[in-house]
Amino acid sequence: MTAFVIRRLLLALLTLLLVSLAVFFVMRLLPGDPLLIYMAQSMEFDAMSSEALDELRREFGLDKPIMVQYMHWISGVFRGDFGTSIFYREKVGKLMLERFPVTLHLGLLALLGSVFVGLAVGLIAAVRRGSWPDRILTPLTYLGVTVPVFWLGILMIYVFGLKLHWLPIAGYTSPWENFWLSTQQSIMPVICLAVFGLASNARQMRSSMLEVIHQDYIRTAWAKGLSESRIILKHALKNSLIPVITLMGMGVSMVFGGSVIVETVFAIPGIGRLLVSSIFGQDYVVVQAIAFVIASIVLVVNLIVDISYAWLDPKIRYGRIA
Amino acid sequence: MNKTSTIEADFSEAPPRVSEWRRLWRVFFSRGTVAVGFCILLLVVLLALFAPFLAPYDPYQVGVTDPLIQPDSMHWLGSDTLGRDTLSRLIYGSRTALMVGFLTVGIASLMGVTLGLIAGYFGGIPYMVIMRCIDAVMCFPMLLMALIMAAVLGGGIQNVIIALSVAIIPHYTRVTCGMTLSIRENDYVKAAQLMGAGSESILLKHVLPNILHPLLVLMTMQLGSLILAEASLSFLGIGIEPPGAAWGAMVNDGYRHMIRNPVLSFAPGLAIMLTVFAFNMVGDGLRDALDPRLRGLL
Repeated sequence: MTAFVIRRLLLALLTLLLVSLAVFFVMRLLPGDPLLIYMAQSMEFDAMSSEALDELRREFGLDKPIMVQYMHWISGVFRGDFGTSIFYREKVGKLMLERFPVTLHLGLLALLGSVFVGLAVGLIAAVRRGSWPDRILTPLTYLGVTVPVFWLGILMIYVFGLKLHWLPIAGYTSPWENFWLSTQQSIMPVICLAVFGLASNARQMRSSMLEVIHQDYIRTAWAKGLSESRIILKHALKNSLIPVITLMGMGVSMVFGGSVIVETVFAIPGIGRLLVSSIFGQDYVVVQAIAFVIASIVLVVNLIVDISYAWLDPKIRYGRIA
Repeated sequence: MNKTSTIEADFSEAPPRVSEWRRLWRVFFSRGTVAVGFCILLLVVLLALFAPFLAPYDPYQVGVTDPLIQPDSMHWLGSDTLGRDTLSRLIYGSRTALMVGFLTVGIASLMGVTLGLIAGYFGGIPYMVIMRCIDAVMCFPMLLMALIMAAVLGGGIQNVIIALSVAIIPHYTRVTCGMTLSIRENDYVKAAQLMGAGSESILLKHVLPNILHPLLVLMTMQLGSLILAEASLSFLGIGIEPPGAAWGAMVNDGYRHMIRNPVLSFAPGLAIMLTVFAFNMVGDGLRDALDPRLRGLL
């Protein structure tokens, strides 16, 4: 097990290096000169001399060779310094620190919801196959993986916000400031972020549970006279969780992808919205920082998933190919 | 496996041979939802193919009627801010969705499968290099990756196709690599190697045909998620240039006039959902029909 974990850690470090290289060099391919756009927006038109441009280039360190720029950037990243936004004229680290808690708050709620509700739905649908909860919930999970998230958001805004006036249609408030308002504001975004993961977790849970409960060792457990809850929760659950755990790892990635859309629809000042506005503003320092941080988080989560996979399934721990 | 006796028994009681195509057809259509999905898909494809004949008005013509009118008998879904007919734009939008879906899957599967075959068959250094790069790409959420790529390449539908292709290549590479790793251990591959067949011919004649079915299922499933991704990108304003019609952009346009005419936003969203549903169902049906483990059971 230790050897397996160390191997995984080394591979993850290598992947992290590749991720940082990819992020850095892809950003350098951005069309147009971000400094020119920045100058055109922030200065008087006649102040746009080539001397001023050179000075800015020096200020942002863009006059050095590209490998030097990369080394400079990556060493800064490990000290927590992501550079200065060309647009906001602020430290990117500070910009992200302001917005990450918002995305994490909503994302974590969505993730917890999609895991627990998703597993429960899948479990009920599998154990009581063909019953009315199964016949209602399973088709709903099919819809859950097909509905466009931005459209679902708009539908909910229309119904619950504009027509019924039950919930505020947009915005974000920190739960520490005003808990009630924060909860009201986060209901719709969290549902939007959770719906895809919830439905796919439920589908995967249902099918893997159905596979497991037909196996011999479950029949043995029944024959021993164990109670149903003990058989399902103790014997069947652990084995049927193995394929679901992979999905949970992907859930983190999907929450970050979804936050781009959901934060745009509900006007939430989170990391996804910052990313979209920075992409349109060609503020590459911000884009590369966000891309790197999100990719690193996904990488770490996948590492944890891989290791827990091995913990759950001895077959993987001992005989792994390549 | 020591199942000689059962195999003999099976032979004596074997049912009359049915054509494989007929069996596929029967299993595929045995589930109601799959049949419904197939019909929706057929409808969307026909709409896209015959859009010029089916659309009641020119989708790009500004001022066909007054802006933002309610649905009526002349304009079933009303009109948008520029007085363009929404139904016509919806019909033309199916072309954008299907084009992006099919071209992306084509490009991504071609590149992804090639990389996967190389990594899986040759192992060693090619495996290490390809799979680590794939791992790195997989760290980026698909939508994020496509968004950044599309920004780097600049807007336009062809760049959306490239961006989405890069984002999904890893799926094909992983699946192909995994299957190739197990297939190359088979005796028939060893036999072909001993007979002096080149790697290229072994990959094309012996490995590829064996992984074609799972790949076909993956491709169909992915068409659905690609159409969702394309819609999300065009909702954010990346993709097809202004006069062109895309469902995601239509939802966004309608969003601003939701109080006056909610249909503007609801109709294209429903179109996206039905199309994605159709692809997912057809994918499900194909998976059941092509799964060799289920042969004889269904």
